Amino acid sequence: MPAEAPANILVLGIGNVLWADEGFGVRCVEEMAARHALPERVRLLDGGTQGLYLLPFLEEADALIVFDAVDYGLPPGTLKLVEGAEVPAFLGAKKMSLHQTGFQEVIATAQLLGRCPAQLMLIGCQPVELEDYGGGLRPEVAAQIDPAIGIALAKLAEWGVQAGEGATSGQLADPAIRREAYETGRPAASDACREGDARFFPGAG
Amino acid sequence: MTINTPNGFTLDNSGRRIVVDPVTRIEGHMRCEVNVDDQGVIRNAVSTGTMWRGLEVILKGRDPRDAWAFVERICGVCTGTHALTSVRAVEDALGIMIPDNANSIRNMMQLALEIHDHVVHFYHLHALDWVNPVNALRADPKATSELQQMVSPSHPMSSPGYFRDVQNRLKKFVESGQLGLFKNGYWDNPAYLLPPEADLMATTHYLEALDLQKEIVKVHTIFGGKNPHPNWLVGGVPCPINIDGTGSVGAINMERLNLVSSIIDLCDQFNKNVYIPDVIAIGGFYKSWLYGGGLSSQAVMAYGDIPENPNDFSPEQLHLPRGAIINGNLNEVHDVDPRDPEQVQEFVDHSWYSYGEPGRGLHPWDGETNPKFELGPNHKGTKTRIEQLDESAKYSWIKAPRWRGHAMEVGPLARYIVGYAKGHEDIRDQVDGLLRTMDLPFEALFSTLGRTAARALESEYCGRLQRHFFDKMVRNIKNGDQSTANVEKWDPSTWPKEAKGVGMTEAPRGALGHWIRIKDGRIENYQCVVPTTWNGSPRDSQGNIGAFEASLMNTPMERPDEPVEILRTLHSFDPCLACSTHVMSPDGDELATVKIR
Repeated sequence: MPAEAPANILVLGIGNVLWADEGFGVRCVEEMAARHALPERVRLLDGGTQGLYLLPFLEEADALIVFDAVDYGLPPGTLKLVEGAEVPAFLGAKKMSLHQTGFQEVIATAQLLGRCPAQLMLIGCQPVELEDYGGGLRPEVAAQIDPAIGIALAKLAEWGVQAGEGATSGQLADPAIRREAYETGRPAASDACREGDARFFPGAG
Repeated sequence: MTINTPNGFTLDNSGRRIVVDPVTRIEGHMRCEVNVDDQGVIRNAVSTGTMWRGLEVILKGRDPRDAWAFVERICGVCTGTHALTSVRAVEDALGIMIPDNANSIRNMMQLALEIHDHVVHFYHLHALDWVNPVNALRADPKATSELQQMVSPSHPMSSPGYFRDVQNRLKKFVESGQLGLFKNGYWDNPAYLLPPEADLMATTHYLEALDLQKEIVKVHTIFGGKNPHPNWLVGGVPCPINIDGTGSVGAINMERLNLVSSIIDLCDQFNKNVYIPDVIAIGGFYKSWLYGGGLSSQAVMAYGDIPENPNDFSPEQLHLPRGAIINGNLNEVHDVDPRDPEQVQEFVDHSWYSYGEPGRGLHPWDGETNPKFELGPNHKGTKTRIEQLDESAKYSWIKAPRWRGHAMEVGPLARYIVGYAKGHEDIRDQVDGLLRTMDLPFEALFSTLGRTAARALESEYCGRLQRHFFDKMVRNIKNGDQSTANVEKWDPSTWPKEAKGVGMTEAPRGALGHWIRIKDGRIENYQCVVPTTWNGSPRDSQGNIGAFEASLMNTPMERPDEPVEILRTLHSFDPCLACSTHVMSPDGDELATVKIR
């Protein structure tokens, strides 16, 4: 194990699964838990759109990997990596989540308390579509889940963590809104009106 | 032009127009426009939800037993309250009776959420409207210590050294340029009235509250299996009780119950030693600022919550009171029946929806969500960059819910006024005690400060209720009842072909209702009327203004281009628009803009 290997690692997915590509971060953690066995010192967490509720998890971690959909003005479906001190600023570059007490504030609060993880990594993805309430990931964004997980695993390996075959139990979403159930269970557009003015049904017009 | 509204306000939109968009430090997106006269007094107010939401759109066709998991995601703040309201709606529709322990556990979870929300709201969202953390840097730690000991002699953390440490930490944080948490403040505005010592004391408690809130949510982790996003169950709660067990995963044993008990004590100490004394101390400096009452002296409503016994929502069984007061008559409290099609109705004459028939109100079981975005003839700007709204036409994504045609305020102050009017003993004692300590008349309650104080009192009362239900559950378990769920009607084959139900709770920010229709085992229609829909509602077909709008009326502004007073009053409602509306356009470049026209 390298000298600077963090003892406790938090892998966090944030975003709102009800807003199409906003769910990218949560889905990455779900997928990572389903396909990789990770040791106890790595905690997988579906953070949803929570604010201060996430603070205790941050305080317990020495290193943090965050998956999130964040707007960098890149071509849709592009991954963006940010590390270290730049992470908070990047998270606040554009407020994607509905949260004034957004995750950026959670990090700021942890810093104010002097309990922010020493190592930070943000694995962001440029969304294709956010304006689709009840929608799932667009193919371009879904296709980035595997590469994003690959980046996280490489980082974990750098920190001396080897992922094995199997699965990890984490604090994940209820089965009713895991990606497959959520996306396949969506009512048809004709049943649940989402066709109309392009102003609030973009992409439908 | 001057308009007299049926609910007693005189609106004059001839003065300078000020636009605050978005209103910061809230959940979701909200915009507010006011007109001020040449003395800087607000004479017209327009509150707008700038997001559209259609929850019915995503729940249609889903399994009703899963609805809680979806509604838990609509908002980052009221997760558990939405989930509880949802399982109650489904149980109501299907006639499912929950066991006693499930009622106690749900109440403890709901009460934990109330306390968490109130504490976080006061210290992390609202305090900055009264407290100036930058001014705290100028405080004398010794004088702060003396102030602390005077305000709350029983709070142990009060030494000069303690306050000096916090001040140094704050200084380092501010000097590092990470103003983050405290940016966008108007820190030299004369609307801030506290001496530096009170600012330092309150800012210190901001940090103490951060530590407390982490403890409170453990109640959700213990009973809900995890937090964030605790688990819920139609028919009860998903945590088995195995009181003598030690290692069994997820089951409630004595060790976990002891932890819950210690958290209840912590909350109680914080409410009594920190939260309430802070509100009294800070409020003491703002006794001359009793604006913001709005509808609270006229029309308030609560559905009530925290049933003593399972499956019984009759008003005398609820610890948080139910009732409606109209026309300012506190001598008469009306009962509220969310099933009655004549009582709760939503109007859309000034909202960006259409019903076909103008002037009509729809009960949520028959609710419709047909978006219709159009701006009135007097708006300024373009459809995608609105400079000024025309409130004579449609101007908000929030519908206008009304109770028997009346615009109502909901929330902690509404609950406390209803409780007081009904002679609720605990509430009367608290309110009378507070007014006596602060040497304020009863009418002072109808204010922004009253709203903020009601929340603190309620946090303390909720702590006592937590203890009550904890003891009740432990007694029940000791008597041999370990049941936490009723799964008799879990299988959809036991359900009627069609059913409808309603779930009610008091969310921290006010009355919350979910109305569900189930057909062939699936959700046919689902409507939520959330607290911020009530409080943030636009005008209705009769021209009644909503609670936010009413609360801003006649408030003088120190500096109209620095909307401290507007934010202070709007924040006192703890507005949360994530579930009342839906994002209209992807913005977020600017954290706050204030435009003056």
